[in-house]
Amino acid sequence: MRAERVVIVGAGPAGMRAALVLAGAGLRPVVLDEAPASGGQIYRRQPPGFTRGHDALYGFEAGRARALHDAFDAADGRIDHRPGTLVWNIEGRRLQVLHEGAPQTLEFDRLLLATGAMDRVIPFPGWTLPGVYTLGGAQIALKHQACAIGRRVVFFGASPLLPLVAAQYAAAGAEVAAVLDTTPMRAKLAAAPGLLTGGKTGWKGVVYLARLAARRIPYRHGITPVEVLGEESVEGFAYADARGRRHEIACDAIAFGYGLKSEWQLADLAGCGFAFDAGNHQWRVVADDAGRSTVPGVYLAGDGTRIGGADLAEIAGERAARAILADLSDIDPGDDLGQGAALAACARRIAGQAGLRRAVERAFPFPAHLARAIPDDCILCRCEAVTAGEFRAAIARLGPHDVNRAKAFSRVGMGRCQGRVCGPAAAEILAVVRGVGVEEAGRLRSQPPVKPVPIAAFADAAEGAA
Amino acid sequence: MTGHLGLDAAIIGGGTAGCAAALHLARHGLNVALFERRTAGSQASGVNFGGVREQGRDFAELPLSRRARQIWDRLPELIGSDGEFMATGHLKLARTDEQMASLEDFARGAAGYGLEIELITGNRLRADYPWLGPQVVGASLCRSDGQANPRIVAPGFAQAARQAGARICEHEAVIGALRDEGGFRLETERGRRVTARTLINVAGAWGAQVAAWFGEAVPIEPQSPSMQVTEPLPYRVRVNIGVVGGEVYARQTPRGNLIFGGGRGWNDMAAITSRAGATNVMGAMQRLTAVLPWAGAAHVIRTWSGIEGYTPDEIPVLGPSLTTPGLIHAFGFSGHGFQLGPAVGEVLAELAISGRSETPLAPFAIGRFTGGATAGPVGAIRGGRDPNAAMQQGET
Repeated sequence: MRAERVVIVGAGPAGMRAALVLAGAGLRPVVLDEAPASGGQIYRRQPPGFTRGHDALYGFEAGRARALHDAFDAADGRIDHRPGTLVWNIEGRRLQVLHEGAPQTLEFDRLLLATGAMDRVIPFPGWTLPGVYTLGGAQIALKHQACAIGRRVVFFGASPLLPLVAAQYAAAGAEVAAVLDTTPMRAKLAAAPGLLTGGKTGWKGVVYLARLAARRIPYRHGITPVEVLGEESVEGFAYADARGRRHEIACDAIAFGYGLKSEWQLADLAGCGFAFDAGNHQWRVVADDAGRSTVPGVYLAGDGTRIGGADLAEIAGERAARAILADLSDIDPGDDLGQGAALAACARRIAGQAGLRRAVERAFPFPAHLARAIPDDCILCRCEAVTAGEFRAAIARLGPHDVNRAKAFSRVGMGRCQGRVCGPAAAEILAVVRGVGVEEAGRLRSQPPVKPVPIAAFADAAEGAA
Repeated sequence: MTGHLGLDAAIIGGGTAGCAAALHLARHGLNVALFERRTAGSQASGVNFGGVREQGRDFAELPLSRRARQIWDRLPELIGSDGEFMATGHLKLARTDEQMASLEDFARGAAGYGLEIELITGNRLRADYPWLGPQVVGASLCRSDGQANPRIVAPGFAQAARQAGARICEHEAVIGALRDEGGFRLETERGRRVTARTLINVAGAWGAQVAAWFGEAVPIEPQSPSMQVTEPLPYRVRVNIGVVGGEVYARQTPRGNLIFGGGRGWNDMAAITSRAGATNVMGAMQRLTAVLPWAGAAHVIRTWSGIEGYTPDEIPVLGPSLTTPGLIHAFGFSGHGFQLGPAVGEVLAELAISGRSETPLAPFAIGRFTGGATAGPVGAIRGGRDPNAAMQQGET
């Protein structure tokens, strides 16, 4: 087999497992990751000097986390892991990266994008006040540095993270004021059989709910967020219950979110094809049943492609690595790496999780109606400080048909985050004004840099190849 | 969308010039339709730097550019939006005495066209622009120059044209055109057949393709600007910045974002995609901090590009076809057409209606490339080019 440069972006469960499979076959993959240590978001490690054990950090997932961390650490010499590395652009077979703040260009023959996901949010009045976090952000503050976002916290939204993070906060000693689910009770009950027959995951959810109930923490269904109370920071949260009655809860922090959205900017820059996933109500990167994207040599795994959680990500990471090995052996037919059976086994395991994934999607559906009804005076794009009303006015003035055109006319999605935060809600608003389905509103095109890059890094340093 | 459309005038290309021509022809009572492959202002008109600049132009363009500058002040009454135009001034920087001499030459020449340029050196340069780097030895300032938001100008003209009765057909490329006794016959990608008495070719980087349908070969090179924008910074650069040589240019919006560019990105004409290009993006950051050292503390949040058509002499083709009566060309604005667009639209409407324009167009005759008769002394009034013209691009 000729030496091919295989680069993996992302050191979460998908990227780590893929790297282990490739290393086991004698390749030495390069693994690029923004974080200072491997693990991704779900298995994020604590800073040096912190001494909590795996059970405290990862709960039910401690066994898997420990196994993956230990294997990855043991493969140290066989995997070229480069933490602290931001991949900010792809052009052809080249990655432009900032490694510890210094610019480099990396060439690859095969690229696995295991870029993970971020919280999906819907702006609501007051969401930009200090003290409002995403569910994932609240969880990471706790997992990484053992910090709570507040002393008395309200959790709301529609996400598998909702009961989980609330239970973790309660266990850590924070006061959980309430857990408020935007999903109607009847929808949750309808999804329950699928959740509970899909393996252990659903039962873990039952345990979280039981732990919240044991602490007498109220869990409400079918709520509508109304506003944050407080002028300078969070002093409380107002919501409407399923019957439309307003309630106010005193708190000093709020965590909210509506599931996850894939971080597919690099896949977009690589030219990968996309499809709208009606079940998850968002765009996903198209992959074949072995994790190959529509671009030859570019592979996909994990939540960066399609939201499925850590266990699925790890299997998909193995699958993509085996697809890479199979494709390498195509180049050199004399070396049969025998990946066919292993690929089929991965595919079976992934297929076995499909029912659970659908049940999770039904149990925590994206409440598009909330995005469509964002009040006019609420900030929609916080980077550019554009309100929902200004966005609607720009749409009315110049009649854009898709979100990219709407962005050009309104600045929504033009700022630091390039619409990663406000994009889903903006698409819903455009769709409702145009009277079409949200897939008709399109998705925001990615533009380099994937994340902001400091000019000084390029002005001071001559660029090196590595 | 199939069917037949009989028009007075058909326009190929939805840039600012095409949309403005559609507006004026429709207001004149003509039956006009514009066909655009994507959306109004998708390429050169919409992705450029946003400079509204007379300074530094080829003198052949100055009469047209002077006319355009007056229209920029009247945008609200013309299209119901100011396009975020602000007369911030344009400051062109010299890093050597030789460059300063070239700025002095331009200022003298521009005075003949009534364009006022101030030369600024020494203590006044440091006092007025304390944020400039030490390399800068002098500058020339054109106070009437300014900036606007390219993303809303062509769409603004398109919307005004629609309201005036023009058909603006987006996502409908013209796939072929010819002229016979009955006038022009066009076919669009949607299978629509169009006839028109007049055909206006404002197809930008694709303008040469349309001209070739009528036997006129113009060597157009597609080029892509390389644009970047930072996060918002304190608002202090209240004037547009360019340099002699053109390798970097910058402006700051009142919101604080520093928009800059220079050099060239890359494009794929078959796929109609373009990028700012990582190599050039990194180079432009270095060229920026050479003149604005403090900008190194900022983050670039986005880069972009588009596709522009360059002619060999980097001034446009603008005027009647020499092979085909009723065909009028305006393309090849070579990376600096944004300021001109509104005036080009007026000129095209004049040509379509009366066959004449009040603006001198002889230097832009297509015959200089096709070998046909040219309508005037092309070289006589040329001048004012930068000594390092090869690097001058896209600084519109």
